[in-house]
Amino acid sequence: MDAANKEMLAVDPWREFVAGDWQARVDVRDFIQNNITPYEGDAAFLAGATARTQGIWDTLSVLLKEERARGVLDVSADRGASITAHDAGYIDEKNELIVGLQTDAPLKRAIMPNGGLRMVENGLEAFGFKIDPMVKEIWEKYRKSHNQGVFDAYTPAILAARKSGVITGLPDAYGRGRIIGDYRRVALYGVDFLMAERKKDWMAIKPPMTDDVIRLREECSEQYRALNELKVMAAKYGYDIARPAATAREAIQWTYFAYLAAVKEQNGAAMSFGRVSTFLDIFIERDIKAGVLNEEQAQEMIDDLVIKLRIVRFLRTPDYDALFSGDPTWVTESIAGMGLDGRTLVTKNSFRFLNTLYNLGPAPEPNLTVLWSTQLPRGFKDFAAKVSIDTSAIQYENDDLMRPKWGDDYGIACCVSAMAIGKQMQFFGARANLGKTLLYAINGGVDEKSGATVARGFEPITSDVLDYDEVMAKFLPMMDWVVETYVDALNTIHYMHDKYSYERIEMALHDRDILRTMACGIAGLSVAADSLSAIKHAKVHVIRNEDGLAVDYKIEGEYPAYGNNDDRADSIAVWLTETFMEKIKAQPHFYRNATPTQSVLTITSNVVYGKKTGNTPCGRRSGEPFSPGANPMNGRDVKGFVASGASVAKIPYSAALDGISWTSSATPDALGHTAEERIRNLANCLDGYVAAGGFHVNVNVFNRDTLIDAMEHPEEYPQLTVRVSGYAVNFVKLTREQQLDVINRTFHGKM
Amino acid sequence: MTTPVTEIAVNFVAERTEVKGFIHSLETGAAVDGPGVRFVFFTSGCQFRCLYCHNPDTWKLHHGREMSVEDALAELKPYAGFLKFAGGVTISGGEPMMQPDFVGAVFKGAKERFGLHTTLDTQGYLHESLPDAWFEAVDLVMLDIKHSDPEQYKKITAQPLQPTLDFARRMAKMGKKMWIRYVLVPGLTDGFDDVERLADFVASLGEVVERVEVLPFHQLGQSKWTELGMAYELADTLPPSAECVARVRGQFAARGFFVS
Repeated sequence: MDAANKEMLAVDPWREFVAGDWQARVDVRDFIQNNITPYEGDAAFLAGATARTQGIWDTLSVLLKEERARGVLDVSADRGASITAHDAGYIDEKNELIVGLQTDAPLKRAIMPNGGLRMVENGLEAFGFKIDPMVKEIWEKYRKSHNQGVFDAYTPAILAARKSGVITGLPDAYGRGRIIGDYRRVALYGVDFLMAERKKDWMAIKPPMTDDVIRLREECSEQYRALNELKVMAAKYGYDIARPAATAREAIQWTYFAYLAAVKEQNGAAMSFGRVSTFLDIFIERDIKAGVLNEEQAQEMIDDLVIKLRIVRFLRTPDYDALFSGDPTWVTESIAGMGLDGRTLVTKNSFRFLNTLYNLGPAPEPNLTVLWSTQLPRGFKDFAAKVSIDTSAIQYENDDLMRPKWGDDYGIACCVSAMAIGKQMQFFGARANLGKTLLYAINGGVDEKSGATVARGFEPITSDVLDYDEVMAKFLPMMDWVVETYVDALNTIHYMHDKYSYERIEMALHDRDILRTMACGIAGLSVAADSLSAIKHAKVHVIRNEDGLAVDYKIEGEYPAYGNNDDRADSIAVWLTETFMEKIKAQPHFYRNATPTQSVLTITSNVVYGKKTGNTPCGRRSGEPFSPGANPMNGRDVKGFVASGASVAKIPYSAALDGISWTSSATPDALGHTAEERIRNLANCLDGYVAAGGFHVNVNVFNRDTLIDAMEHPEEYPQLTVRVSGYAVNFVKLTREQQLDVINRTFHGKM
Repeated sequence: MTTPVTEIAVNFVAERTEVKGFIHSLETGAAVDGPGVRFVFFTSGCQFRCLYCHNPDTWKLHHGREMSVEDALAELKPYAGFLKFAGGVTISGGEPMMQPDFVGAVFKGAKERFGLHTTLDTQGYLHESLPDAWFEAVDLVMLDIKHSDPEQYKKITAQPLQPTLDFARRMAKMGKKMWIRYVLVPGLTDGFDDVERLADFVASLGEVVERVEVLPFHQLGQSKWTELGMAYELADTLPPSAECVARVRGQFAARGFFVS
């Protein structure tokens, strides 16, 4: 235990705080509402990077360079990971303000065989590492994994749909993620309080011992145990986190320890951080007021925390990388937003988090997500817009849409999934391929690429010109088949994930009783919408191969494309989204009574989806990438940024409560002639998009030439960050195909 | 059932007065065509043949899509609320004043119906036949002056300079706000004395000139010349150096202008 830690034992950790319900029971939101200092000023107060910060970042930069060259720097292949599996690790022990690494050395990745031994082995092999024989024996002989469980139960229909790619990216071979522990609870209450609460919860779960009761009692016990391990883990770094944090530094450290335990235990597809910045501001404000902390020191601690969040790593397989390229971890931190009472939730710490992109240079992680409201203070709007223009590292999500639905203490998991922090989780469900579903309707369930029958019991269309009504009559039952197969797969996956790879510490930092959503998703919205628009408004001839399989299409005449604010096409995209959601809702069973939702989001899997999908009636060629998320197809949105965004904004959030993603790219020159004009124009556009009901936007500001040069000379662009679809990546870490996809996207030469 | 005579009359009049214009393209979110974020109509048709034109595909009137005033306003309408707060509407081209009835009616409609800020992006050549009243619905004129020397001007544009200068003075007299735009092409428009002469002229226009935009030449239009099968004289011309841009901007700034 360090000296500061000891000294603080004597102090009341809640001194100066406004009392409230939060003191009697776990209620972080109540604490924030009672103690927040909203900040309506500009960015002038911010401090730059100190020499200490720069030193740590420089030390790390050497390792990061080596990692870029090798893919993976090092792996701890000798043991299965857990909260307490590794000893303390440091980047530069003497100089770190916030400590803790996933293993005992920076960028050394852990293995997490509970998800699946085969994936661990594939991941190790891909980067030239070998698994420890003992680890292999344990998970081969004595311990079953999530992946094995899933494949023990999958049906032939699920396997066929998975293989053909009509359903892709299912979290059956990797951790599901998309769960946000309320890591703040550890700072505010200390672990002992949380353990005592969980014990009470456990006692209150009464027989009869139904499946649900048994499972919940077992889970509460596991959570209790994980909390204890969290204390053990912190003790390895010399900290006793049984009690609440008593200073700003401790609050940051305690919160980070809680998060660290989660990323030691779980290799989830998205390991989001929550909504932490404004919470921490309260502790920082208290110390600044007391005269024991200044702005430079406050920024230094946030910089140090963000450095830690930037180096969260997981060992992943080449298959996974093809889907979600660039080694993303989705350490999503949700910033700003408005309170239900009309006060802003912007604090000085909202600025400090964004300021790390200057102090440390641009980076894809943590995935900084600004909850945008038209009511945000002007000073913050301008700063966020400025940071976007300078770094392309921020995404924006519509707080005015989400707040009425989820309250004012929700966070974003992964890219676009809102959830009330500590009160809600989701069963992540990747996505179904709408473009391919349409092709299956035309070909009677036969795959246009392989010729295999995937969906059984359907008749193909035999006419030479596609008739809209006939296509629709075939498309609806084919959607039914896809949805049914899809939800069957998700029910299986999440049953097994709970059973074999349960997120103990993350769930320990939730309420006992939570809302679960089952987050389905669609890919290829624009492809399907444009195809149907072509069939309806132009004449689409079918070209069949010698086996009679429709493999290509010839379009006679022009058709209105989605992305031009033209209702003839946009209404089809809306209809597709609503119809697919209705069909999901109509399914008879959702694991653990989950509430079904869906997203229109592809992450970088739009490339893989495109690869697996043949020619489509919209004119897209076989193998060509889909547009990402809810984006219009590249080059088909010809009326500029505002019309394109207006089309996307029409996709109703009510039918896609797991989020609707739009990625937009503009050149700096297109945003305005002067720096001030660019900031104002971008901020106004964000206001306009949000006011129109747009849900999410990634803002990229750079020249295409920069990207082309970065492809040729990656070593010169180690920190070049681009927003892809709900997350950001180091451009140079994308596969070449994905780099080309980003380059080929519509660049609004006008905004 | 027969149609009442009165309705026929109304329809007949409406058809007769329905003005149509030719539009090359639309842009819903332009941030460098006037103040803020703007909806831009690019009209087709221009009598200039500027050597560095980056939209030579707008030269011919009938290369555009025919559109009525009502059609044009219907295109604008969905964005009106946003544009009112974020910017406004700009009519550019081509040369908008080649279609004065259409352009005038669109400006009037944008102003009266939606209360939008309006900008005319022009080279000024065709103003003489237009009455002062035509400009009432224009809030800002962005005037492109291609060169300050008549000979050079003619060489670049194939038209005389004087009408453009007259237009500038006329607008100044009317108190119309102006942004002056100057495309900086190495070897063509970067002469120190030529810029001095232009800067002096612009200074003589007085306070109505809110801003001078010095636009560095770029090669983005080259592919269009190739597509149209036309010889492009500036194929080997490089964009101006940063020093050159700074020097020319400085020449305008020295007269007290806001230069971007």
